[in-house]
Amino acid sequence: MQTKRMTFNHRWLPYALLAPQVIITLVFFIWPASQALYQSLLRQDAFGFNTTFVGLANFIDLFSDSLYLNSMRVTLIFSVSTTLLSMSISLFFAVLVNKMLRSRDLYTTFLVWPYAIAPAIAGVLWWFMFNPSIGILSYMLQSIGFDWNHRANANHAMALVVMAAAWKQISYNFLFFLAGLQSIPQSLIEAAAIDGAGRFKRFYSIVLPLLSPVTFFLLVVNIVYAMFDTFGVIHATTEGGPAQATNILVYKVFRDGFIGMNLGSSAAQSVILMLIVVLLTVVQFRFIERKVNY
Amino acid sequence: MVENKPWATVLAHLFLILGVAMVAFPIYVAFIASTHPAGSFVSGTMPLLPGGEFWNNYSTVITEGRSRAGTPPIGLMLWNSLLMALAITFGKLAVSLLSAFAIVYFRFPFRMLFFWLIFMTLMLPVEVRIVPTFQVVADLGMLNSFAGLSIPLIASATATFLFRQFFMTVPEEMLEAARVDGAGPFKFFKDILLPLSITNIAALFVIMFIYGWNQYLWPLLITTDQSYYTIVMGIQRMVTAGDSEPLWHLVMATVILAALPPTLVILFMQRLFVKGLTETEK
Amino acid sequence: MKKSFALGALTLSLACSQAMATTNITWWHAMGGELGEKLEQVAADFNATQDEFKVVPSFRGTYAETMTGAITAFRARQQPHIVQVFEVGTGTMMAAEAAIYPIYQLMADKGYEFDKEAFLPAVVGYYTDPQGNMLSFPFNSSTPIMYYNREAFAKAGLDADQPPRTWEEMVTVSQQLLESGASRCGFTTSWPSWLMLENFSAWHNLPLGTKANGFEGFDTEFVFNNATVSRHWDNLKTWQDQGIFKWGGPGSGADAAPMFYSGECAMFFGSSASRAGVLANANFDVGYGFQPYYSDVEGAPQNSIIGGATLWVLRGHSDKEYQGVAAFFDYLSQPEVQAAWHQDTGYLPITLASYELTKAQGFYEANPGSDTSIHQMTLNPPTDNSKGLRFGNFVQIRDIISEEMEEVMTGRKTGQQATDAAVRRGNRLLREFEAANR
Repeated sequence: MQTKRMTFNHRWLPYALLAPQVIITLVFFIWPASQALYQSLLRQDAFGFNTTFVGLANFIDLFSDSLYLNSMRVTLIFSVSTTLLSMSISLFFAVLVNKMLRSRDLYTTFLVWPYAIAPAIAGVLWWFMFNPSIGILSYMLQSIGFDWNHRANANHAMALVVMAAAWKQISYNFLFFLAGLQSIPQSLIEAAAIDGAGRFKRFYSIVLPLLSPVTFFLLVVNIVYAMFDTFGVIHATTEGGPAQATNILVYKVFRDGFIGMNLGSSAAQSVILMLIVVLLTVVQFRFIERKVNY
Repeated sequence: MVENKPWATVLAHLFLILGVAMVAFPIYVAFIASTHPAGSFVSGTMPLLPGGEFWNNYSTVITEGRSRAGTPPIGLMLWNSLLMALAITFGKLAVSLLSAFAIVYFRFPFRMLFFWLIFMTLMLPVEVRIVPTFQVVADLGMLNSFAGLSIPLIASATATFLFRQFFMTVPEEMLEAARVDGAGPFKFFKDILLPLSITNIAALFVIMFIYGWNQYLWPLLITTDQSYYTIVMGIQRMVTAGDSEPLWHLVMATVILAALPPTLVILFMQRLFVKGLTETEK
Repeated sequence: MKKSFALGALTLSLACSQAMATTNITWWHAMGGELGEKLEQVAADFNATQDEFKVVPSFRGTYAETMTGAITAFRARQQPHIVQVFEVGTGTMMAAEAAIYPIYQLMADKGYEFDKEAFLPAVVGYYTDPQGNMLSFPFNSSTPIMYYNREAFAKAGLDADQPPRTWEEMVTVSQQLLESGASRCGFTTSWPSWLMLENFSAWHNLPLGTKANGFEGFDTEFVFNNATVSRHWDNLKTWQDQGIFKWGGPGSGADAAPMFYSGECAMFFGSSASRAGVLANANFDVGYGFQPYYSDVEGAPQNSIIGGATLWVLRGHSDKEYQGVAAFFDYLSQPEVQAAWHQDTGYLPITLASYELTKAQGFYEANPGSDTSIHQMTLNPPTDNSKGLRFGNFVQIRDIISEEMEEVMTGRKTGQQATDAAVRRGNRLLREFEAANR
């Protein structure tokens, strides 16, 4: 990792500066995380009276459980669709808005609203709109002859949570894309135009490559968002159903651990999630380090 | 733009208006629902035009001491959310600025270790490690307090990382000049680095504020005292009506009110936000 | 940098307000909405009768969230005095002997007379240990009944006073409703597992599990994958395809009630405690009926079983505080208090005296249908199959059951495949519970 060529020299100051962050991390993350790790090797009743050490049994159970593997598949489908949907819509909007001179702020104002809504509340809104009998959208779908029922149809349920989750993230992506577009020097585009490059050629050969750092950053942020922060959306809309069709990993941890009080299994699932996060982090970090140099 | 064909502009506007309509639709629905009397959606189809109960519903939500869902007054919940969001925001900014400063401007043993520690561990949301974290907070006696609501959420990988990225782009000459003037680390930080990072701070302020404002499961778990309820929690409470139907018109009025503060923050800081991000994300 | 002081200031603001003259009794509950209001009223009324104790109700989310919240709090020694736990959590609470203060013991310790004979047997049976001692206070018990739209019945040319009694009649009635255009669906259900498996089995006198549905030991096993249940689940799917039935979602079946209110479905199965909510939201005449049964099943109808919740007392507080808890329970058992609660909410009267009082007050005559639940629950003396159920980990198992029902509804499994799978998955959790509580 690079640093400044020139740095301050001080024996304890850097540690003092890092202390608040590190202490919070140790107390509220490392400690609980290590407890989760320990818990994942135990079998325990809800109140914590009887504890048995079971080794890796919780992990073995998970990986031999077709529902857990299903949950992984569901998470993959959900995260990828949510990320692609919200990023492509946002990019599209950002490119259009970036061209507007007078109306830019007006459009931006309207497009950032969903960002202000908490995921837990976004879920409530979408549930309200898609409620099979009182929802406005299911009513509209019904009137064009589409029988919407996310309670019984796994694909409808998945579509619903993807839409709700992606909707929530459009604003964030939009703002970043817009920022990225605005930082592209106009001269580059003009130069390309003089060389006779058309509208789409200019977009693909100049704008898109220059946006790639933003795009990559958003890609990771969105995947992390879809994997971890959409818990509220799912909780309020499908509760992981029907028949586990939208039960993503984080929601499963919550349901097994927090609702079902199956602490051993839920802790094992947390440990697996932590490993996934570490992996994502390494990927992101490697890439961004490289990008800074280019 | 280089060339502007009129039809392209019209088309772009058309798409944008359509897009805005799509994106804003759920919020529009919430607003419409908040202007109708109780039960007008449950027993039929949702209307698409505002009803006449705007003042009634909003004043009920705002003034009725204990709303029908057994939650504290909305003013208190909004205030709690604001306090929590601000504490988290300022806490995160302070903590991350300091750590980024240490990591970029000092060389010391275990620097990398600390960096990875901060970075790796903080991406896992509190939801998935909630039971042990709850226990830690309880052991520290921080249940039912603003400290418990905010401090565990203050550590931030994102902010630390973005500040680090920004500090890396600050020209080396700045530090050289400061050293020539005999400035120590604190003076350099306060007089040079902070003013330079103001737009980044503004951008992160928006992100962090919204993160803090929108917390749900954490406050739900660690507060049992009604005087610490936050607004997002309150809304969930109103929706979870047990064996009875939620009072949708009041729920939606609360949703709109709850969305106001973060929306205002975004709108007011939009300029700085975009600018701050542009500079960070070069 | 002033911002770094924010942290310190925050830590200082750690407030603690315990300095009050009265002894506070915390009561965690799961009743939002209108029921929550009534509950808070009960607490307020108790507080007004004396000034030594103050019961402080705190709404903790859904039943599942409330229970988990209390257990988590217990593990961190932050537990409330009283927690409201739904009936499916009974097994888990009962197994935690070191955590609970059985109420028969509490009342005796604090010098209150507590006659369990005064309670309705069907209610008490659910919450006593094998020796017949009451462990928790049956605060709000309900049983599922059928609500129907009398106006839709009339419109379809049906007798609005004659709700269908058997599933065979359900089908013909629904078909008539659909054909006449009186409604777009016949019926829907809330709490699918509670209705279409647990009560369904009790009502048909079929066992859910061995060992008297788990009452006689943790080594119980599920056996509900019988032909009758499987056939019923298959029928639900067939009926769904025909528009007779509509699935209202897993768990609590959150979409079911709105379908009834909007007039889409003409019949709706729900808790007897939903009565207030139904009357408030339905802008049509509502009728009440028993759950239907299959006429070819011997022994049906038996009696329905209860749901709802009881109040558990958690250990770890001072004697003085438990004195207050006992006083509060004593207050709750008074016939007037009970009768008012029953009449306001639709929950069952839990003492015989409050039932008699309600009858004497003429409430049932003035509110036809409000005693449907009691009649249905006391239709026959309970058998081993209809006394109730007591399984560990049942919160999760119920999720599994409604999930497997969803598999049937989405057409991926037959009724038999789904009941087999639910039994297999449920048994695994029962064994886990047994192992964890050995």
